[in-house]
Amino acid sequence: MWTWFYRLGSPKWFYGISGRWLPWFLCAAMVLLVTGSVWGLAFAPQDYQQGNSFRIIYIHVPTAFLAQSCYFIMAVCGAIGLIWKMKLSDMVAKSCAPIGASFTFLALVTGAIWGKPTWGTWWVWDARLTSMLVLLFLYLGVIALQSAISDRNQAAKASAVLSLVGLVNIPIIKYSVEWWNTLHQPASFSVVAKPTMPIEMWMPLLIMVIGLYCFFAALLVMRIRVEILEREWRTEWVKALIKKR
Amino acid sequence: MSFSKLFMATLKRDMTIAFRHPSDLVNPLIFFLVVVSLFPLAISPDARYLAEIAPGVLWVASLLATLLSLDMLFQSDYQDGTLEQLLLSPQPLYTSVLAKVVSHWLLSGLPLALISPLLALMLFLPSSAMPTLMITLLLGTPIMSFIGAIGAALTIGLRKTGLLLSLIVLPLYIPILIFAASAVQNAAIGLPVLGHLALLGALLVLSVVLAPLAIAAALRISLGS
Amino acid sequence: MAKTLLQSVNLYCERDQRVLFENLDISVSAGEVLQVEGPNGSGKTTLLRILTGLSDAYEGDLLWQGQPLQKVRESYYQEMQYLGHSAGIKQALTAEENLQWYAVIQAGHLNAGSSSQQRAGNIADILAKVGLRGYEDVPCHTLSAGQQRRVNLARLYLSSATLWILDEPFTAIDKNGIATIETLIEEHVKSGGTVIITTHQDLKSVPNLRKITLGEVLPA
Repeated sequence: MWTWFYRLGSPKWFYGISGRWLPWFLCAAMVLLVTGSVWGLAFAPQDYQQGNSFRIIYIHVPTAFLAQSCYFIMAVCGAIGLIWKMKLSDMVAKSCAPIGASFTFLALVTGAIWGKPTWGTWWVWDARLTSMLVLLFLYLGVIALQSAISDRNQAAKASAVLSLVGLVNIPIIKYSVEWWNTLHQPASFSVVAKPTMPIEMWMPLLIMVIGLYCFFAALLVMRIRVEILEREWRTEWVKALIKKR
Repeated sequence: MSFSKLFMATLKRDMTIAFRHPSDLVNPLIFFLVVVSLFPLAISPDARYLAEIAPGVLWVASLLATLLSLDMLFQSDYQDGTLEQLLLSPQPLYTSVLAKVVSHWLLSGLPLALISPLLALMLFLPSSAMPTLMITLLLGTPIMSFIGAIGAALTIGLRKTGLLLSLIVLPLYIPILIFAASAVQNAAIGLPVLGHLALLGALLVLSVVLAPLAIAAALRISLGS
Repeated sequence: MAKTLLQSVNLYCERDQRVLFENLDISVSAGEVLQVEGPNGSGKTTLLRILTGLSDAYEGDLLWQGQPLQKVRESYYQEMQYLGHSAGIKQALTAEENLQWYAVIQAGHLNAGSSSQQRAGNIADILAKVGLRGYEDVPCHTLSAGQQRRVNLARLYLSSATLWILDEPFTAIDKNGIATIETLIEEHVKSGGTVIITTHQDLKSVPNLRKITLGEVLPA
């Protein structure tokens, strides 16, 4: 079992296998995302309360979901890189940061787009959006730390420690923000009325979530491949690859 | 070497050094005072407005003052090479780190908490809220020292550490800010505050136990290249 | 047959995409002095920091008394002292206060039990040994650069460490001081200690001297 684990950590092996899987991820992502958005934005039934504006949740919820998962993946991979000194794990963590930050930003923007027709303002300090904002700050902190340290290995280890500290703090931050929100807002709107959503509404949502995961995987893999080529410039197989082109 | 001998040796050393440059100790306090004074100038000197925003303003100002003071934790030890000697010591790094953060708090957070009633007067905070203000600061500033020390350890020797450190550490301070400021607000209008203080206490215990681990790891990473 | 203390096996280090050294096998035994030579920028300080366990920007193995360094860190640090480039002392404290702190920080299992009076007496003697008798209680920022270096050197005597790793210890020291330090190194080696040192100085009177030169093992 350990040999499989260590083989997983070989950049060369990953590069080879990801090259074969990448087109599939991209295809799946495209198909699912297009299906999901068309279904959700055009065909799903209207929400009786909010009319058509709620449709933005088909983008907002998946991006928010992914923004949080991405941070978790980044922290876990950082920890693996720290403990087992697996370079590939460091590369995954490094590639997660900008992707996760972009998803968080998208979630905030779509949250604002949803907020305007519903509440009349572009921004509102509700618990979810505020937590998203703090998550964006956490991402930006990790990205800033990585770009400030010139030595690659030190940067990977330092941002691993930071993302782990952030991971421990995320439940505390979410709890405190929700608690703060209930003090200041009598009624809390929820973006998704979860239990009472009919299947025609949550099916496209599910498709969008899965599609966005595939897209995320594709993006991640593309970034990691570039990272591998940069780091393994010394090795024979990279030199051979470059010669081939 | 017992825990207390090691702890006290580093604590005593840091305090001795600090008291030989007493002017450095006053800077965060002056900053605190200046920032608090900006709000009446910017918003309104009216007692009603100020009293309402006083808890938040006092806490944001102490947050920023603590951020500025984090520089003194590791920077000078890094530059004169004594920090790497700590890493080369056969004694546990956890204990030495704990001593450094405690001395940092004694030199920055504790004075902040002690002069806060004076600044609260300037913002017309009701006197019923003063004890709560001091208690939240006494509980919250050590948490900020511990979490801030993680950020300081990660950014030793980098350029523009001030900005980078703020970006890293401020999001982690948000829970402290929320619980502490609302505790003081509650105290000002006569509502119970014990729950808030208990939450702050829990955060303090958590940071005292866990933060030195992260700080020690961060120190080894920053000095390891 | 002298005991092998510190060993490096197949050590590789690169910095800024430039290979500093590779396939480096070093072995240091008790009672030896290893001088690391090489032009500026050849990685001498980097090598020393790797050997102390401060830096892990390398590939290969480091062994202390046959065990991997990472596993025996605590006992390694009880036996090893490192003097780096920087002053190593707090300017605001006196020589005595600096050494008092170091006595606690560096305490291994051997001298952990000594009382503070014993340590104080020791410290005065130690400072005399490096030629700083009478300077115990003045703040170090009033001392010259050479004197500060000697305070830093004095801490080598606070612990019973057998391996000294010294990075350019003669910097800012005058001729008399250099002779003093060479004598100290000699004494240490004669009583079974070991020294790894980088310096441009020509170490004439030091026994059991071996040299390695960096900047030579680059690939063709």
